[in-house]
Amino acid sequence: MNDKPEKFIDENGLRLDGRQIDEIRPMTIKIGVLSRADGSCYLEWGNNKILAAVYGPRELHPRRLQKADSALIRYRYNMAAFSVEDRARPGPSRRSIEISKVSREAFEPVVMTHLYPSAVIDVFAEVLQADAGTRTAAINAASIALADAGIPMKGLVAACAVGKVDGKLVLDLNKPEDNYGEADLPIAITQDGEITLLQMDGDLTQEEFKEAVKLCKEGCYQILEMQKEALKTKFSDDADIDIPDDIDEDVDVEALEKCDTEDSGEEDVSDESEEDEGSEDVDDEEEPEDVEEDFVDTVEEKTDDEEDTTEGGEVREQ
Amino acid sequence: MSNEVMSVLKRDYIYNLMLKGKRTDGRAFDEVRDIEVKTNVIDKAEGSAWVKYGDTEVLVGVKMQVGTPFPDSAGEGVIITSLELNPIASPDFEAGPPRENAIEMARVTDRGVRESGAIDLSKLCITEGEEVWMVFIDIHVLNNGGNIQDASSMGAIAALLTTTIPAESAGKGEDIAMPIKDIPLGVTVINIGGSLMVDPELDEETVCDTKITVVSNKDGSISGMQKSGDGALTEEQLLKAVEMACEKAAELREAHLSDLQN
Repeated sequence: MNDKPEKFIDENGLRLDGRQIDEIRPMTIKIGVLSRADGSCYLEWGNNKILAAVYGPRELHPRRLQKADSALIRYRYNMAAFSVEDRARPGPSRRSIEISKVSREAFEPVVMTHLYPSAVIDVFAEVLQADAGTRTAAINAASIALADAGIPMKGLVAACAVGKVDGKLVLDLNKPEDNYGEADLPIAITQDGEITLLQMDGDLTQEEFKEAVKLCKEGCYQILEMQKEALKTKFSDDADIDIPDDIDEDVDVEALEKCDTEDSGEEDVSDESEEDEGSEDVDDEEEPEDVEEDFVDTVEEKTDDEEDTTEGGEVREQ
Repeated sequence: MSNEVMSVLKRDYIYNLMLKGKRTDGRAFDEVRDIEVKTNVIDKAEGSAWVKYGDTEVLVGVKMQVGTPFPDSAGEGVIITSLELNPIASPDFEAGPPRENAIEMARVTDRGVRESGAIDLSKLCITEGEEVWMVFIDIHVLNNGGNIQDASSMGAIAALLTTTIPAESAGKGEDIAMPIKDIPLGVTVINIGGSLMVDPELDEETVCDTKITVVSNKDGSISGMQKSGDGALTEEQLLKAVEMACEKAAELREAHLSDLQN
């Protein structure tokens, strides 16, 4: 298994995969790929394939885990058994537990958890195919999935690694560089350049370390731009579909629906939801609606917007 | 940070002290607590160290066993590090399989020893591809007074420095001293409201939102690093922390480890 290349950087200064030393691998991002998740992202980075999903904010059970003044973030980094050369044993390993912990901490500074006391925000990052740099790829995907889920954040988080091969610092390690390189330094930053994740192993002088941090931040900023671009594209596309030219009807229905659940909604709701439901359904609907109204009354004072949207969702489901 | 319960008053107290440039126990920001290192404290272990950082007490034992190497490093010995947050050490520790905190600290200690090349693993090979020495570094936390990470790192290398490979009793030739090439040492720096301090005691560790552990070697190079905690660091803070940690590591290495090697 010793297929260590003789040289990682050729005479032209190019790496084994033809990249410059400060060039990251191509990344493709797809947003909103899972219908059941509140937010999701599929990300390919080199040969890494990562699927991230966010569920929440939602109620946290068991309740003793709830935090009275903020939401709990749970982050699960998981590798599929088939994602690596030799089958990975399913379930948490010491490595994945550590990665999950530091990745969660990478998001703590940006996610506005105080808005959702006693709730939980679950972030799941699945590595479907691994090819060096899975933890950073997972963070990049999770960051987008959180944005897609509409979780209030102070900004996105972007992550990238720097390593050392042939005595030179290189950005975004590929597999041979990761396996046989002299150092590996994954970093995650916020858009303000604050470092929220940092790990290192290998051997670097203090000078090299300083340089590495700089190089890595450059990489992170590039990724940050790609993340933003992907989100903009996705949501401007969505906007095109949702808001057609004859805007009036659609928007009014939405707005009315919201008002109705707050006021005396019964008749209006049944009026508006002129879907294919027959009149028999109306009877069924009445009872739950009463319940909802009561519920809305009690929670109204706390967070109008949040509750309203969930109410809307429930009405539609029934 | 940890599960310790911290009153708002105490939090404010520590923060306000920090603003005056002081710490709860009167230390300077770059001052460590009293450190004691005793080696060869467990006869049954091939190497052992008892380390005290202030109130924190850690016992590290090294056991050696003959085993098979990993296929991708057929000619090298194997290092396995585990750390137990023993319930004897704190009301917040529970028995059972290690949780993420314990795993993280064990892995940071492990990476420090492994990546620095502290142990010459090729000398732990008995028959290539078949038999090698396996080094088990077991860290037992006896009392949690904060900064278990650094005490563990110190304990691990101190125990390794005094380890003898029991080749004779295993029928593999003569006993030899553990082949040690470097002396990596981890130093943890915490950030409280923008001020950096080394070797946090328990309350400080509970209050701070970011810790960074830097493992550095004899020549001042860095072989491992880990940011831990819910906060963020600016680049400036990070570089300052690394500098502080490396300086402190050199000092502690000289004071506690330089005359240990057997």
